[in-house]
Amino acid sequence: MTFALALEQLLNGLQLGVMLFLMAAGLTLIFGVMGLINLAHGSLYMVGAFACAAVAAATGSFWLGLVASLACAAAAGAIIELLVIRRLYDREHLDQVLATFALILIFSEGTRWVFGSFPLYLDIPPLLQGAVALPGGAQYPVYRLAIIAAGALVALGLYVLIGKTRLGMRIRAGESDREMIGALGVDIRTLYTVVFALGAALAGLAGAMVGALQSVQVGMGEPVLILAFVVIVIGGIGSIKGALLGALLVGVVDTMGRLLLPQLLTLFFPPSQAGMIGAAAASMLIYVMMALILAVKPRGLFPAAHA
Amino acid sequence: MKTLVSAATLALSMSVSGLAFAEPVKIGMITTLSGGGAGLGIDTRDGFMLAIKQADNSEIEVITEDDGQKPELAVQIADKMIQSDQVDILTGIVWSNLLMAVAPSAVAQGKFYVSTNAAPAALAGANCNPLYFNAAYQNDNLHEAMGEYANKDYKKIFIMAPNYPAGKDSLTGFKRYYKGELASEVYTQVGQTDYAAEIAQIRASGADAVFAFLPGGMGIAFMKQYAQSGVEIPVMGPGFSFSQDVLPAIGDAALGAKASGQWAPDFDTDVSKKFLADFQTEYGRLPSIYAVQAYDAAQLILSAVAKADVKDTDAFRAELLKADIQSPRGDFKFNTNQHPIQDIYLTEVVKGADGVLTNKTVEKIFDDHEDAYAKDCKM
Repeated sequence: MTFALALEQLLNGLQLGVMLFLMAAGLTLIFGVMGLINLAHGSLYMVGAFACAAVAAATGSFWLGLVASLACAAAAGAIIELLVIRRLYDREHLDQVLATFALILIFSEGTRWVFGSFPLYLDIPPLLQGAVALPGGAQYPVYRLAIIAAGALVALGLYVLIGKTRLGMRIRAGESDREMIGALGVDIRTLYTVVFALGAALAGLAGAMVGALQSVQVGMGEPVLILAFVVIVIGGIGSIKGALLGALLVGVVDTMGRLLLPQLLTLFFPPSQAGMIGAAAASMLIYVMMALILAVKPRGLFPAAHA
Repeated sequence: MKTLVSAATLALSMSVSGLAFAEPVKIGMITTLSGGGAGLGIDTRDGFMLAIKQADNSEIEVITEDDGQKPELAVQIADKMIQSDQVDILTGIVWSNLLMAVAPSAVAQGKFYVSTNAAPAALAGANCNPLYFNAAYQNDNLHEAMGEYANKDYKKIFIMAPNYPAGKDSLTGFKRYYKGELASEVYTQVGQTDYAAEIAQIRASGADAVFAFLPGGMGIAFMKQYAQSGVEIPVMGPGFSFSQDVLPAIGDAALGAKASGQWAPDFDTDVSKKFLADFQTEYGRLPSIYAVQAYDAAQLILSAVAKADVKDTDAFRAELLKADIQSPRGDFKFNTNQHPIQDIYLTEVVKGADGVLTNKTVEKIFDDHEDAYAKDCKM
């Protein structure tokens, strides 16, 4: 394996990790602050992608689409928080899972109703088209580098927001003691809506950015949601830092595993079998990693202080 | 006046009782109408229903259900359709892994299964069944055609397919005819959406072409990412990778891609033109090959219903086997394993006059092509 290939795969792993972080950050924030398991997070990702594709098709501008995806996902998040999620905070996790699973079905079929079952077209903006040369001779798509940069910016933004601002202070306070900050006069209901909308906007951003790279279609959010759950379990539920580290770990391990395992197996099997077994083994790799990490650290890498 | 009324009443009661006696033929369609593979299932349903609608036969009843591309769901639906709806014929499954879960048990219970798409090798050879027909192809066929075509221009090819029965059939079929060197053979996950790792391997492999079997959303994602990657070597695939259900979403990145198919919208026959026009009038879009295959499956069932009672299994089977239909594809007949013998063409993705991406026929690759498993089928 050449240096160029290794470098390219490392970047691919980073890019996947950054995407997962955008999803996992919202998920873990919502769980940390409100104690809510939100299965409909993948639907918000889909809402972002569809909003971006629809607006980009109507106006011809990907950037307007990106703004629309943030706005629509945040709005959708706020609406479901007000209408549905708000009633679930005091219920058991099983009730939350049931209700948010229902939301997945409603979002999926609603989207199909509006946009139809065929995938939508969403292209990469002209500014980010093409590839740049990497050291070692390989080329790498500009758009994927842009995703990595966007993810890094979001991570930095979240760090500042949560660590340095008044809103962040309230979020942290809400995480450690809900009743107390309510008693101290913070409007906890509005805070919850804001946090939920923020998480939704991050998912929508991820959906829009990935939509240009993949296909914008109904049901696109659920596979990512599963990975995002793996990420937050590895990282420690409720911890943004854990989500970032978990996401990068999952991204790099998954990408490298898909490359290396089949190659490793060619030492023992003929190429076609090695490919098949390697592919199957690589798809299990992150779950194996999750099991190992949980065996050593049952509450994840960075367990949140309470819970 | 009185006699007229009573005569009318009598006629009415006779026609009603007449209807009651002729029990309708029940067809259970299980296909993928939700999730990432829904485009394929919807084209399957619409192609099938077009033929049913045109036949306007009140003795036929079609029950449609969504399998969500999940094998366990498909099995449940099939059980329900066989036991409580008492269907006579099952059809519509898009994916080979779902078909493997449903078809063997359906035919074991004495029901016909007429496949509109999925055609795993396992059901074409030694395990063929008198009640299992395939109106589409045998899975390997379109890939075999691309292997044959690749011999002309390429020496070292990178091949990849999803890790499920049809993916394995795909690469097996390709390798059966391709004589050159393989740069690499890669299996991806079913439903995978990010192909960065595979594209990096393609770049590093030194291949002179890529053969990719990636139906539905998988192909959209791969082609878009490939176009951005700076890798310049040509991509080809079976018709599924560039069929009409995915072309609009891939966009110009698909232009020039070579594929194989039993049908393309530019076929210059009256039957094909009429089918194309009817489908566009009915649904307002171009049909994919899934729609054509399902249309033919419905035509086959209709042709047999017209001549035999579906409860008389042997007679009905004999009528199906005659394949007495006018297919948009042109020549169509059944082999001994009840899979089609048909021509397979090379197609190229072009932009039509109206700016819509579509497939254009380039040349015929195989004439009256048979699959490799028929010789193992003893019925």
